[in-house]
Amino acid sequence: MDISNNLILVIVVTSVATFASRFFGILTAENISDKSKLFDWFNYVAYSILAALTARMIVFPAGALLESSILIRFIVILISVAIFIYSKNNLVLPTVNAFILLTFLSIMN
Amino acid sequence: MINRKYFFKGLKSLASSRSPAIALACSFIALGALMHNAGFNLQQAAASSFFTYALPGQLVMTESFLVGASLVNIFLSVWLVNFRLYPMSVALVPILKHKSQPRWKYYLSCHMIAVSSWLIMKETYKKIDQKYRLDYWFGIGCGTLLAAVISTLLGYWISDYLTTEMMIGLAIVNPVYFLCMMIGAMNNLKIIVAVLSGALLGPILYLATPEWSILIAGIVGGSIAFSIKDKKNGYI
Repeated sequence: MDISNNLILVIVVTSVATFASRFFGILTAENISDKSKLFDWFNYVAYSILAALTARMIVFPAGALLESSILIRFIVILISVAIFIYSKNNLVLPTVNAFILLTFLSIMN
Repeated sequence: MINRKYFFKGLKSLASSRSPAIALACSFIALGALMHNAGFNLQQAAASSFFTYALPGQLVMTESFLVGASLVNIFLSVWLVNFRLYPMSVALVPILKHKSQPRWKYYLSCHMIAVSSWLIMKETYKKIDQKYRLDYWFGIGCGTLLAAVISTLLGYWISDYLTTEMMIGLAIVNPVYFLCMMIGAMNNLKIIVAVLSGALLGPILYLATPEWSILIAGIVGGSIAFSIKDKKNGYI
Protein backbone atom coordinates (compact mmCIF):
# COMPACT_ATOMS: atom_id res chain seq x y z
CA MET A 1 0.00 0.00 0.00
CA ASP A 2 1.50 3.36 -0.94
CA ILE A 3 1.90 6.22 1.50
CA SER A 4 -1.02 8.21 0.06
CA ASN A 5 -3.53 5.38 0.69
CA ASN A 6 -2.12 4.86 4.16
CA LEU A 7 -2.60 8.52 4.98
CA ILE A 8 -6.24 8.42 3.95
CA LEU A 9 -6.79 5.43 6.24
CA VAL A 10 -4.96 7.22 9.05
CA ILE A 11 -7.24 10.27 8.63
CA VAL A 12 -10.37 8.07 8.59
CA VAL A 13 -9.27 6.15 11.70
CA THR A 14 -8.48 9.43 13.52
CA SER A 15 -11.82 10.96 12.55
CA VAL A 16 -13.80 7.89 13.67
CA ALA A 17 -11.91 7.70 16.99
CA THR A 18 -12.70 11.38 17.60
CA PHE A 19 -16.31 11.32 16.45
CA ALA A 20 -17.01 8.30 18.68
CA SER A 21 -16.52 10.38 21.86
CA ARG A 22 -18.71 13.19 20.55
CA PHE A 23 -21.44 10.83 19.39
CA PHE A 24 -21.56 8.73 22.57
CA GLY A 25 -21.69 11.98 24.49
CA ILE A 26 -24.85 12.92 22.58
CA LEU A 27 -26.39 9.49 23.22
CA THR A 28 -25.54 9.64 26.94
CA ALA A 29 -27.03 13.14 27.20
CA GLU A 30 -30.36 12.20 25.62
CA ASN A 31 -32.02 11.52 28.94
CA ILE A 32 -30.07 13.96 31.08
CA SER A 33 -31.65 17.23 32.13
CA ASP A 34 -29.54 20.37 32.54
CA LYS A 35 -30.94 20.62 36.07
CA SER A 36 -29.81 17.15 37.15
CA LYS A 37 -26.90 16.26 39.40
CA LEU A 38 -25.42 14.01 36.72
CA PHE A 39 -25.27 16.98 34.31
CA ASP A 40 -23.48 19.01 36.98
CA TRP A 41 -20.94 16.24 37.54
CA PHE A 42 -20.17 15.96 33.81
CA ASN A 43 -19.91 19.74 33.65
CA TYR A 44 -17.29 19.94 36.40
CA VAL A 45 -15.40 16.95 34.97
CA ALA A 46 -15.32 18.68 31.56
CA TYR A 47 -13.95 21.92 33.05
CA SER A 48 -11.42 19.97 35.08
CA ILE A 49 -10.28 17.95 32.05
CA LEU A 50 -9.80 21.16 30.03
CA ALA A 51 -7.78 22.69 32.87
CA ALA A 52 -5.64 19.53 33.11
CA LEU A 53 -5.09 19.56 29.34
CA THR A 54 -4.12 23.25 29.34
CA ALA A 55 -1.72 22.82 32.27
CA ARG A 56 -0.16 19.79 30.59
CA MET A 57 0.29 21.77 27.34
CA ILE A 58 2.17 24.46 29.25
CA VAL A 59 4.23 22.36 31.70
CA PHE A 60 4.88 19.28 29.54
CA PRO A 61 4.35 20.49 25.98
CA ALA A 62 4.69 18.42 22.81
CA GLY A 63 6.13 19.59 19.50
CA ALA A 64 7.54 23.08 18.92
CA LEU A 65 6.96 24.38 22.46
CA LEU A 66 9.49 21.83 23.76
CA GLU A 67 12.20 24.08 22.39
CA SER A 68 11.29 26.92 24.76
CA SER A 69 12.21 26.92 28.46
CA ILE A 70 9.48 26.54 31.08
CA LEU A 71 10.53 29.85 32.66
CA ILE A 72 9.99 31.75 29.39
CA ARG A 73 6.63 30.00 28.87
CA PHE A 74 5.50 31.05 32.36
CA ILE A 75 6.59 34.66 31.79
CA VAL A 76 4.64 34.80 28.50
CA ILE A 77 1.57 33.22 30.13
CA LEU A 78 1.65 35.57 33.15
CA ILE A 79 1.93 38.69 30.96
CA SER A 80 -0.85 37.43 28.67
CA VAL A 81 -3.17 36.69 31.58
CA ALA A 82 -2.41 40.15 33.04
CA ILE A 83 -3.37 41.71 29.69
CA PHE A 84 -6.57 39.61 29.65
CA ILE A 85 -7.58 40.85 33.10
CA TYR A 86 -6.46 44.45 32.51
CA SER A 87 -8.30 44.64 29.16
CA LYS A 88 -11.54 43.47 30.82
CA ASN A 89 -11.53 39.97 29.33
CA ASN A 90 -10.48 40.81 25.79
CA LEU A 91 -9.15 37.58 24.24
CA VAL A 92 -7.59 38.95 21.07
CA LEU A 93 -4.94 41.09 22.82
CA PRO A 94 -3.47 38.35 25.09
CA THR A 95 -3.35 35.77 22.29
CA VAL A 96 -1.63 38.15 19.85
CA ASN A 97 0.73 39.22 22.63
CA ALA A 98 1.60 35.59 23.44
CA PHE A 99 2.57 34.86 19.83
CA ILE A 100 4.68 38.01 19.37
CA LEU A 101 6.34 37.82 22.79
CA LEU A 102 7.31 34.15 22.65
CA THR A 103 8.54 34.45 19.05
CA PHE A 104 10.65 37.47 20.07
CA LEU A 105 12.02 35.78 23.21
CA SER A 106 12.84 32.64 21.21
CA ILE A 107 14.81 34.71 18.68
CA MET A 108 16.65 36.50 21.52
CA ASN A 109 17.43 33.18 23.14
CA MET B 1 -34.42 24.00 9.14
CA ILE B 2 -31.93 26.31 10.79
CA ASN B 3 -32.96 29.68 12.16
CA ARG B 4 -30.82 32.16 10.23
CA LYS B 5 -30.97 34.94 12.78
CA TYR B 6 -29.52 32.74 15.54
CA PHE B 7 -27.10 30.98 13.20
CA PHE B 8 -25.54 34.31 12.23
CA LYS B 9 -25.60 35.48 15.83
CA GLY B 10 -23.46 32.44 16.68
CA LEU B 11 -21.24 33.02 13.68
CA LYS B 12 -20.70 36.64 14.74
CA SER B 13 -19.10 35.49 18.00
CA LEU B 14 -15.97 34.95 15.93
CA ALA B 15 -15.77 38.67 15.17
CA SER B 16 -15.94 39.92 18.77
CA SER B 17 -13.20 40.91 21.19
CA ARG B 18 -13.67 37.47 22.75
CA SER B 19 -13.19 35.72 19.44
CA PRO B 20 -11.40 32.37 19.36
CA ALA B 21 -10.46 33.00 15.71
CA ILE B 22 -6.87 34.09 16.41
CA ALA B 23 -6.17 31.21 18.78
CA LEU B 24 -7.69 28.73 16.33
CA ALA B 25 -5.82 30.26 13.40
CA CYS B 26 -2.44 30.11 15.16
CA SER B 27 -2.90 26.48 16.25
CA PHE B 28 -4.15 25.21 12.92
CA ILE B 29 -1.53 27.20 10.93
CA ALA B 30 1.10 25.34 12.99
CA LEU B 31 -0.72 22.05 12.36
CA GLY B 32 -0.92 22.72 8.59
CA ALA B 33 2.82 23.41 8.50
CA LEU B 34 3.50 20.23 10.50
CA MET B 35 1.37 18.16 8.14
CA HIS B 36 3.17 19.62 5.14
CA ASN B 37 6.49 18.57 6.63
CA ALA B 38 5.09 15.12 7.51
CA GLY B 39 4.21 14.37 3.87
CA PHE B 40 0.45 15.01 3.80
CA ASN B 41 -0.88 16.60 0.62
CA LEU B 42 -3.06 19.72 0.69
CA GLN B 43 -6.38 17.85 0.40
CA GLN B 44 -5.42 15.39 3.14
CA ALA B 45 -4.44 18.22 5.51
CA ALA B 46 -7.75 20.02 4.88
CA ALA B 47 -9.76 16.77 5.16
CA SER B 48 -8.11 15.95 8.48
CA SER B 49 -9.10 19.31 9.99
CA PHE B 50 -12.60 19.09 8.54
CA PHE B 51 -13.39 15.50 9.57
CA THR B 52 -11.43 15.26 12.81
CA TYR B 53 -11.45 18.89 13.98
CA ALA B 54 -9.66 18.23 17.27
CA LEU B 55 -6.13 19.57 17.46
CA PRO B 56 -4.53 17.30 20.11
CA GLY B 57 -5.81 14.20 18.28
CA GLN B 58 -4.52 15.48 14.94
CA LEU B 59 -1.10 16.14 16.48
CA VAL B 60 -1.04 12.61 17.89
CA MET B 61 -2.10 11.26 14.48
CA THR B 62 0.67 13.14 12.64
CA GLU B 63 3.36 12.16 15.13
CA SER B 64 2.19 8.52 15.26
CA PHE B 65 2.21 8.39 11.47
CA LEU B 66 5.76 9.75 11.37
CA VAL B 67 7.03 7.03 13.71
CA GLY B 68 5.16 4.34 11.74
CA ALA B 69 2.58 3.37 14.38
CA SER B 70 -0.10 0.81 13.42
CA LEU B 71 -3.67 1.87 12.66
CA VAL B 72 -4.91 0.20 15.86
CA ASN B 73 -2.35 2.12 17.90
CA ILE B 74 -3.29 5.38 16.20
CA PHE B 75 -6.99 4.70 16.87
CA LEU B 76 -6.39 4.02 20.58
CA SER B 77 -4.02 6.96 21.08
CA VAL B 78 -6.38 9.40 19.35
CA TRP B 79 -9.43 8.00 21.14
CA LEU B 80 -7.72 8.45 24.50
CA VAL B 81 -6.41 11.95 23.81
CA ASN B 82 -9.77 13.11 22.43
CA PHE B 83 -11.88 11.37 25.08
CA ARG B 84 -12.37 14.78 26.75
CA LEU B 85 -14.99 15.35 24.04
CA TYR B 86 -17.26 12.78 25.71
CA PRO B 87 -17.89 14.65 29.00
CA MET B 88 -17.88 17.92 27.03
CA SER B 89 -20.73 16.59 24.83
CA VAL B 90 -22.71 15.34 27.83
CA ALA B 91 -22.28 18.75 29.49
CA LEU B 92 -23.38 20.58 26.35
CA VAL B 93 -26.37 18.76 24.83
CA PRO B 94 -28.81 19.27 27.73
CA ILE B 95 -28.49 23.07 27.39
CA LEU B 96 -29.16 22.84 23.62
CA LYS B 97 -32.19 20.55 23.84
CA HIS B 98 -35.61 21.70 22.77
CA LYS B 99 -38.59 19.57 21.73
CA SER B 100 -39.05 21.53 18.50
CA GLN B 101 -35.59 20.60 17.20
CA PRO B 102 -35.23 17.42 15.09
CA ARG B 103 -32.90 14.68 16.28
CA TRP B 104 -30.60 14.73 13.22
CA LYS B 105 -29.52 18.25 14.12
CA TYR B 106 -28.06 17.03 17.41
CA TYR B 107 -26.16 14.24 15.68
CA LEU B 108 -24.76 16.63 13.08
CA SER B 109 -23.96 19.33 15.61
CA CYS B 110 -21.87 17.03 17.79
CA HIS B 111 -19.09 17.12 15.20
CA MET B 112 -18.58 20.79 16.04
CA ILE B 113 -17.80 20.17 19.69
CA ALA B 114 -14.28 21.44 20.36
CA VAL B 115 -12.75 23.32 23.26
CA SER B 116 -13.10 26.81 21.74
CA SER B 117 -16.69 26.44 20.55
CA TRP B 118 -17.69 24.68 23.80
CA LEU B 119 -16.24 27.45 25.98
CA ILE B 120 -18.02 30.17 23.95
CA MET B 121 -21.35 28.31 24.17
CA LYS B 122 -20.99 27.77 27.91
CA GLU B 123 -20.28 31.45 28.36
CA THR B 124 -23.16 32.78 26.29
CA TYR B 125 -26.00 30.23 26.23
CA LYS B 126 -28.04 31.81 29.01
CA LYS B 127 -28.59 34.88 26.82
CA ILE B 128 -30.09 32.73 24.04
CA ASP B 129 -33.69 31.50 23.94
CA GLN B 130 -33.63 27.71 24.56
CA LYS B 131 -35.65 27.08 21.41
CA TYR B 132 -32.89 28.51 19.20
CA ARG B 133 -29.78 27.46 21.10
CA LEU B 134 -29.06 24.63 18.68
CA ASP B 135 -29.14 27.06 15.73
CA TYR B 136 -26.89 29.46 17.61
CA TRP B 137 -24.55 26.54 18.33
CA PHE B 138 -24.46 25.67 14.60
CA GLY B 139 -23.32 29.25 13.93
CA ILE B 140 -20.48 29.03 16.45
CA GLY B 141 -19.56 25.52 15.31
CA CYS B 142 -19.53 26.25 11.56
CA GLY B 143 -17.48 29.41 12.16
CA THR B 144 -14.82 27.69 14.27
CA LEU B 145 -14.70 24.63 11.98
CA LEU B 146 -14.28 26.85 8.92
CA ALA B 147 -11.57 28.89 10.66
CA ALA B 148 -9.74 25.65 11.49
CA VAL B 149 -9.84 24.32 7.93
CA ILE B 150 -8.80 27.65 6.33
CA SER B 151 -5.95 28.05 8.84
CA THR B 152 -4.73 24.50 8.15
CA LEU B 153 -4.59 25.33 4.43
CA LEU B 154 -2.81 28.61 5.15
CA GLY B 155 -0.26 26.87 7.39
CA TYR B 156 0.30 24.26 4.70
CA TRP B 157 0.95 26.92 2.05
CA ILE B 158 3.26 29.11 4.15
CA SER B 159 5.13 26.32 5.95
CA ASP B 160 8.35 27.10 4.07
CA TYR B 161 8.30 30.65 5.41
CA LEU B 162 7.66 29.77 9.07
CA THR B 163 10.82 29.85 11.17
CA THR B 164 11.33 27.59 14.21
CA GLU B 165 10.84 30.62 16.47
CA MET B 166 7.51 31.45 14.82
CA MET B 167 6.36 27.84 15.24
CA ILE B 168 7.20 28.10 18.96
CA GLY B 169 5.27 31.39 19.15
CA LEU B 170 2.24 29.85 17.41
CA ALA B 171 2.22 26.86 19.77
CA ILE B 172 1.75 28.97 22.95
CA VAL B 173 -1.38 30.75 21.66
CA ASN B 174 -3.83 27.90 22.18
CA PRO B 175 -2.97 27.24 25.85
CA VAL B 176 -3.06 31.01 26.51
CA TYR B 177 -6.52 31.20 24.95
CA PHE B 178 -7.84 28.19 26.91
CA LEU B 179 -6.37 29.57 30.13
CA CYS B 180 -7.92 33.03 29.67
CA MET B 181 -11.30 31.51 28.75
CA MET B 182 -11.23 29.36 31.87
CA ILE B 183 -10.23 32.26 34.11
CA GLY B 184 -13.21 34.10 32.62
CA ALA B 185 -15.47 31.12 33.40
CA MET B 186 -14.40 30.90 37.05
CA ASN B 187 -17.46 32.72 38.38
CA ASN B 188 -18.49 30.29 41.11
CA LEU B 189 -16.68 28.24 43.73
CA LYS B 190 -17.34 24.87 42.10
CA ILE B 191 -15.94 25.89 38.71
CA ILE B 192 -12.94 27.48 40.45
CA VAL B 193 -12.25 24.21 42.32
CA ALA B 194 -12.75 22.13 39.14
CA VAL B 195 -10.33 24.27 37.13
CA LEU B 196 -7.67 24.61 39.84
CA SER B 197 -7.68 20.95 40.83
CA GLY B 198 -7.54 19.85 37.18
CA ALA B 199 -4.68 22.26 36.45
CA LEU B 200 -2.77 20.98 39.48
CA LEU B 201 -3.45 17.27 39.05
CA GLY B 202 -2.89 17.16 35.26
CA PRO B 203 0.88 17.82 35.29
CA ILE B 204 1.44 15.85 38.55
CA LEU B 205 -0.29 12.73 37.21
CA TYR B 206 1.53 13.15 33.90
CA LEU B 207 4.71 12.12 35.71
CA ALA B 208 3.11 8.79 36.68
CA THR B 209 0.91 8.04 33.66
CA PRO B 210 1.22 10.36 30.64
CA GLU B 211 -1.60 8.67 28.66
CA TRP B 212 -4.24 8.64 31.40
CA SER B 213 -3.23 11.78 33.33
CA ILE B 214 -5.71 14.21 31.75
CA LEU B 215 -8.67 11.86 32.11
CA ILE B 216 -7.91 10.86 35.72
CA ALA B 217 -7.17 14.48 36.70
CA GLY B 218 -10.48 15.56 35.15
CA ILE B 219 -12.56 12.89 36.86
CA VAL B 220 -10.92 13.46 40.27
CA GLY B 221 -10.95 17.27 39.96
CA GLY B 222 -14.52 17.34 38.68
CA SER B 223 -15.71 15.02 41.44
CA ILE B 224 -14.02 17.16 44.11
CA ALA B 225 -15.76 20.25 42.71
CA PHE B 226 -19.08 18.41 42.53
CA SER B 227 -18.89 17.25 46.15
CA ILE B 228 -18.07 20.54 47.84
CA LYS B 229 -20.63 22.83 49.37
CA ASP B 230 -21.49 25.99 47.52
CA LYS B 231 -24.20 28.14 49.08
CA LYS B 232 -24.96 29.92 45.82
CA ASN B 233 -24.93 27.06 43.36
CA GLY B 234 -26.38 24.02 44.93
CA TYR B 235 -26.06 20.92 46.93
CA ILE B 236 -23.36 19.05 48.75
